[in-house]
Amino acid sequence: MEVQHKSKFSVIIPTYNERLNIALIVYLVFKHLRDVDFEIIVVDDGSPDGTQDIVKQLQQVYGEDRILLRARPKKLGLGTAYIHGLKHASGNFVVIMDADLSHHPKYLPSFIRKQLETGADIVTGTRYVKDGGVHGWTLMRKLTSRGANVLAQTLLWPGVSDLTGSFRLYRKSVLEDVISSCVSKGYVFQMEMIVRASRKGYHIEEVPITFVDRVFGSSKLGGSEIVEYLKGLAYLLVTT
Amino acid sequence: MKHIVKIMTLLVAVSALWVGLLQTSIVPQSHTWLLPIYFVVSLGCYGLLMVGVGLMQFPTCPQEALLLQQDIVEAKQYLKQKGVDVIPTDVVDA
Repeated sequence: MEVQHKSKFSVIIPTYNERLNIALIVYLVFKHLRDVDFEIIVVDDGSPDGTQDIVKQLQQVYGEDRILLRARPKKLGLGTAYIHGLKHASGNFVVIMDADLSHHPKYLPSFIRKQLETGADIVTGTRYVKDGGVHGWTLMRKLTSRGANVLAQTLLWPGVSDLTGSFRLYRKSVLEDVISSCVSKGYVFQMEMIVRASRKGYHIEEVPITFVDRVFGSSKLGGSEIVEYLKGLAYLLVTT
Repeated sequence: MKHIVKIMTLLVAVSALWVGLLQTSIVPQSHTWLLPIYFVVSLGCYGLLMVGVGLMQFPTCPQEALLLQQDIVEAKQYLKQKGVDVIPTDVVDA
């Protein structure tokens, strides 16, 4: 346990056109992580809206050692964004979260506390338990979400209640290990990460989080997403 | 062991049990023949029930949306004061 208070957390946030949101997130992370050693790594995929300019301004306010801008020339996908950010992470723990404020930084202390209490390798945020929740979803969106969840729980027995959530804390070595064997994209990528980690026997804990969808209908699930999801499920059945 | 193998093993074990039941005819054969149908139907019912219950108890958090709005106002104020121009100059913020 004596290494625990030397823990450093690297918060990796992939962005694309998140000029306003990245500033809000950075402010909220600094507000809620007061006595914690951390850095924020912004992996921006060449946003045309000036996200990177804002990040540079934020570096002036908070310090270049606290906010790292590790940009890439163009949109190259979420999975590789994490790998890219991970290369520059100096913490022994890594937090990954979305930039659109659907993941609120106020939950970061509970992730860290949970890790400290349990010594977990991964702490994953779950929307489907008491004190968790979702806002801004239509009935259809809820229905597909529940259906997808029941299907995955029945077929994969993953041992976690929220497979497609992407607000997670990883021990750095564990993230490096798991991410190298993941090939999926989008929603399925998050599911593959947690299922592979579970199969490898890593200790996974959950904390409740709330998920506020501010851009109404932004996470609409169309037919093609459902097909991708089913393919992902089949892929995980035969490979894990 | 791949997960699909685990599930297949389970299915094979259950089928073996079923065949055994057919052979020994402890219960009347006509009943035993119907068991796989019961199995599939109950599996479907379980799925529908889980989705239904999950949908009814779907945790929602309307208050969180309000809290987030407050946080955004607070953050914008602070950032403006620090000279971070989060609002693009060509957009007039209402």
